[in-house]
Amino acid sequence: MTGSEGLSARSAAALSDPLLPLADDSLVLSHRLGEWAGHAPVLEEELALANIALDLLGQARALYAELGEEDELAFLREERAFRNCQLAEQPGGDFAHTMVRQLYFSAWQELLYAQLAELGQPLAAKAVKESEYHRDHAEHWTLRLGDGTEESHARAQRAADSLWRFTGELFEPIAGPGPVGEVDWDALRTGWTERITRTFERATLTVPESPQEGAWKAGAGRQGIHTEPFGRMLAEMQHLHRSHPGASW
Amino acid sequence: MTTPGGAAARADTGAAERRQRDLEAWAGSVPDPELPVITLAELGVLRRVHERSPHGPVEVELTPTYTGCPAVESMATDIERVLREHGVPEVAVRVVLAPPWSTDDISDEGRRKLAAHGIAPPRGGRAVPGAGEAHGPVPLTLAIRCPNCGSTETSLISRFSSTACKALRRCESCREPFDHFKEV
Repeated sequence: MTGSEGLSARSAAALSDPLLPLADDSLVLSHRLGEWAGHAPVLEEELALANIALDLLGQARALYAELGEEDELAFLREERAFRNCQLAEQPGGDFAHTMVRQLYFSAWQELLYAQLAELGQPLAAKAVKESEYHRDHAEHWTLRLGDGTEESHARAQRAADSLWRFTGELFEPIAGPGPVGEVDWDALRTGWTERITRTFERATLTVPESPQEGAWKAGAGRQGIHTEPFGRMLAEMQHLHRSHPGASW
Repeated sequence: MTTPGGAAARADTGAAERRQRDLEAWAGSVPDPELPVITLAELGVLRRVHERSPHGPVEVELTPTYTGCPAVESMATDIERVLREHGVPEVAVRVVLAPPWSTDDISDEGRRKLAAHGIAPPRGGRAVPGAGEAHGPVPLTLAIRCPNCGSTETSLISRFSSTACKALRRCESCREPFDHFKEV
């Protein structure tokens, strides 16, 4: 079982494309952010999270459409055929957890897209401005929560610590032809670490010293190995399409 | 010396240019589905209108404001409808991402209409990617004018608003909240 049995030949060929992991990151995190609809602490954040989710969904759709058939790629793959990083699939937790997840991800995506834009990848040139805005938003919240009350500080620090082990994977090179294969992953790691360190210092948070990977080898998500909550997320995300193939409104 | 053939060719060129202008005007006249006070031409999202053969199929290139902008599909449908109403037999709308759209692509007329409609237009000048890299986030300054009373005493309520392209602000003078078309 490769988890891709329902795909057309064109979509199946996309499974080894180095752009697929980036598309999957955006789709999966978009869905996770969408889970906040109706639950965000204030109306403005409801809009913010939905807007960030919408940007990410747009990025995913643009890449899927380039690689294969977008509905097939989003809704007809099993867990093992998804190439997203494990950070993107982590459940939202509390608001601090969601914001730190966003900070870790967007700071990385902004730097990655900036490199890809330089290398001539058209979506990245467009989306880097969106990532920058997301990262800026997450930074604002990290500062507010970290340098806020005792309670918000404790929650932000807990989020920073518990998500840390999913960050090493972000710098595992994605091999393949085209711009993604030419990314300087070491520079990405350096830039990201500087950015996070600076933000955490201002937010009175401590940069975790624990390993940046779990018991599994970093890079597992890129090979289709995911954490336990991901299967349940996919079941919810894919249920409608699988129950009513071709449904529209 | 002008040959009759040369005059005919010039007349053809003139007709072709007029036709091109007409096609661009028709496609460009479509109102933005989310901000119907401005047209797609004024928003600057129409990239290219190309007639493949005289009075034949027309290809239109459209670029989204934000990658996930849900209005793109209805823009494409509207362009197709308008061109067909003008007798174009076949219309294909293609979404292009490069070069990326910027708020600098909004025309002066578009900015004026946005302001008249109560939406503070984006400030001029392209946002510099990576700006604030050295000093962290760049706070939005108070140079954004209230579209209701003209005061520059306005503050940010939310960095995200009713659509992907806008932020929500409040006027400290007249107390009215208003949307601001954020710069990208």
